[in-house]
Amino acid sequence: MSPPLLGVEEEVQSSVSSPSVECISENGMGLKERNYLGLSDCSSVDSSGVSSNLNLKATELRLGLPGSQSPERETELCLLNLGKLDEKPLFPLLPSKDGICSSSQKNVVTGNKRGFSDTMDGFSEVKGYVYTEKSWMFHEAGSDSESPQSVGHGKYPGNSGVNVILSTRSPGVQASVKQDEPANVLQEQPRATNGTSLKQTVISNNNTGAPAAKAQVVGWPPIRPFRTKTLAASSKNNDEVDGKPGPGALFVKVSMDGAPYLRKVDLRTYSTYQELSSALEKMFSCFTLGQCGSNGTAGKETLSESRLKDLLHGSEYVVTYKDKDGDWMLVGDVPWEMFIETCKRLKIMKSSDAIGLAPRAMEKSKANNKKEFGYGC
Amino acid sequence: MNYFPDEVVEHVFDFITSHKDRNSVSLVCKSWYKIERYSRQRVFIGNCYSITPQRLIARFPGLKSLTLKGKPHFADFNLVPHDWGGFVDPWIKALAKSRIGLEELRLKRMVVSDDSLELLSKSFPNFKSLVLVSCEGFTTDGVAAIAANCRFLRELDLQENEVEDHRGHWLSCFPESCTSLVSLNFACLKGEINLASLERLVARSPNLKSLRLNRVVPLDTLQKLLMRAPQLVDLGIGSYVDDPSSEVFSKLKAVIQLCNSIRSLSGFLEVAPCCMSAIYPICENLTFLNLSYAPGLQGNDLTKLVQHCRKLQRLWILDCIGDKGLGVVASTCKELQELRVFPSDPFDAGNAAVTEEGLVLISAGCPKLNSLLYFCHQMTNAALITVAKNCTNFIRFRLCILDPVKADPVTNQPLDEGFGAIVRSNKSLKRLSLSGLLTDQVFLYIGMYAKRLEMLSIAFAGDSNKGMLYVLNGCKKLRKLEIRDCPFGDVALLEDMGKYETMRSLWMSSCEVTLGACKTLAKKMPSLNVEIINESEQLEFSLDDRLLVDKMYLYRTLVGHRKDKPEYVLLL
Repeated sequence: MSPPLLGVEEEVQSSVSSPSVECISENGMGLKERNYLGLSDCSSVDSSGVSSNLNLKATELRLGLPGSQSPERETELCLLNLGKLDEKPLFPLLPSKDGICSSSQKNVVTGNKRGFSDTMDGFSEVKGYVYTEKSWMFHEAGSDSESPQSVGHGKYPGNSGVNVILSTRSPGVQASVKQDEPANVLQEQPRATNGTSLKQTVISNNNTGAPAAKAQVVGWPPIRPFRTKTLAASSKNNDEVDGKPGPGALFVKVSMDGAPYLRKVDLRTYSTYQELSSALEKMFSCFTLGQCGSNGTAGKETLSESRLKDLLHGSEYVVTYKDKDGDWMLVGDVPWEMFIETCKRLKIMKSSDAIGLAPRAMEKSKANNKKEFGYGC
Repeated sequence: MNYFPDEVVEHVFDFITSHKDRNSVSLVCKSWYKIERYSRQRVFIGNCYSITPQRLIARFPGLKSLTLKGKPHFADFNLVPHDWGGFVDPWIKALAKSRIGLEELRLKRMVVSDDSLELLSKSFPNFKSLVLVSCEGFTTDGVAAIAANCRFLRELDLQENEVEDHRGHWLSCFPESCTSLVSLNFACLKGEINLASLERLVARSPNLKSLRLNRVVPLDTLQKLLMRAPQLVDLGIGSYVDDPSSEVFSKLKAVIQLCNSIRSLSGFLEVAPCCMSAIYPICENLTFLNLSYAPGLQGNDLTKLVQHCRKLQRLWILDCIGDKGLGVVASTCKELQELRVFPSDPFDAGNAAVTEEGLVLISAGCPKLNSLLYFCHQMTNAALITVAKNCTNFIRFRLCILDPVKADPVTNQPLDEGFGAIVRSNKSLKRLSLSGLLTDQVFLYIGMYAKRLEMLSIAFAGDSNKGMLYVLNGCKKLRKLEIRDCPFGDVALLEDMGKYETMRSLWMSSCEVTLGACKTLAKKMPSLNVEIINESEQLEFSLDDRLLVDKMYLYRTLVGHRKDKPEYVLLL
């Protein structure tokens, strides 16, 4: 049933309002096409009312952030609390949606008396992170052969215009979002100083020990960037030391449809498709490669067919690369080492444009989409 | 003492070396002030904005060694924007113009330019020692100038600086006539160096005692260097990777046996664990071991290594050693005084990190422990209370629970009681860093018991102004207070404004201090510089006094407002 999807999309489109988020602006078009990205949803917080925050009781809310610890490390109890707690800070002015954790809201206020405008400014910073994680989480939830979109769909209609990012959290799910280079986070922090208070608000609410927002606090943990950078560089080199060849960095350009400028990534700083995926996701916030090895299969460089399917699931975008011969290939087919040896350039393109790259996979994806629609929402 | 001629008094003063004592001596009477100032050779300035170079030069014409610190401590954690200040250039320029025969310059958290370094290298013929810690703003060109021009250079020590590498063969700039090197530390440089130049340099430096290499120096060069310098006392290994069966490695093993003066070992920026066995012979004598930059070593590699280090006094290590590994440390290193455990993966709790158990084991096994920096994922009150029972000699106690407001996971209580126990039993505590879930209660304890406390770092703690007030009222020796994200506001800030004149500095960020209160403070206390750091773009310095200040840094000064402040700093 496409209507709900479209419905949400449209709403999303209309509510992508001007308190623009950096990542929105980076991904302008792409964002609109995502139906479960909280970013757009979040904007609707301002515009639309609170009315939609109804059925959230049934939903475990989790505003995870990139680089957060995997959820399954927390107890399930924590999960519940987390979801509720996390939700609060981003919408300090909204009435307690489910009536949950009003006390935590107080913590918010005590900890940081920031005016709303300040909060909202920081909001924009956090949004990108938050919503990235959200979409990520979604995929995880659906990683067991079921389409995550169906899960999403199941939620959405009831929460049309929902202003909170939703994600189901099944206990066994691993958050594969890894901070592959903590230094990056630290380096990203300075531009987010506007939002410092907000992030800290998020942090201070994670009283249950949620690591989720940890990565986003400026200057926490108190480690010199020199140390983090050096450690990161050393780790990377040590991987190479263990038998893999390759000196120096391997920077390739990454372009994304609709993004106003390109980025560069050093492929040598990653050792799996998963890491690359999460890094790209961070870079192009609303983009995702989908899950790779999310179920405890760390270290696998080869993607099985089923996982490739997961990759493309729920994703309007695919990552492709240009190889030595100049051909555009779908990322994920070959073992990682082979990939980095042949990859010259990366491009994140819309699935629709990617037709012909891996027709099998695309067809499967489409087929599954159709299935989801059929579920009814 | 009035009956003694000045020369005699001066001779007596020669035996007084600590800065504090010298400062006290100078306050006794005019005569002593005069004698002291002419005989003073070493000066320490903890805040470069508290005095001007001109006044320094005027008072201490015999100055030979200057230590300067620039940015506040929280600048280490990206809380201070980039061009806030801390420029060494005016100091070097002023010193260069004067008749000061500078021989040693030690800088921490300052901005150093290549031009400054070049001026430094050319202005002081007897210049002997340059130590830069956590500085930035210079490139290897500046380092090259030092190498080339300081004919009697003994010490070039670059620690954790952000140095832009211009690959300019700075090492080759040491003239052939330079044979005076005692200490060379370039571990923080990232770029290539000329290995042959390095070998020749080491070969012609018979007094070399400390050598810390960077990542690009491979194992075979290390072997050659150790051949040339078996007298080394402090060694920092760059890359430690080779095939254990190779000839080079055998040579290394042999030469290491000869290096029985090595007491301090660090580096291993790249390491193959299988090669660590070659190090064991020198482990017996080590007093300082720093493996905190060696993520290539896993828990059991570390444990195996540590088992050989019975004489260790200072250990810096990554948390992948785990609680068990710390247990091994506790049972092996009975002389341990300082332990620093750094997180190998600060944002991910998954790895074999350390918990309160490791700390308890250490406290039980190492009676001489007096300095701790411990990053962990959780801590309990019970553990801290046990640690406090076991260790009563702490001078520095810095605990960082990676999750900012984490409570005791067992009892779900704040960690007030735990930290309270620590301050109660460690009467000599000078430096304390808190973390975890904390209420005003912990500050009550600190104010009551931490009578010798000089530096306190607080984050995400407390409930109300009372917390800060307990500290300000109770800690009579407090010199540096840095606070972030705590609910402390105007009432606490303004209660005892005179207190800040007894302190070096106060940092408060993301607290509840208003602009109005800062203005009041600045007005009432002309001897303080109250700086507001405001980086948000949308906010001009609107004069609304009710505005909450994002970052405030205040420090005592004798020279009023600084002239080099950036746009975003408001000096009240």
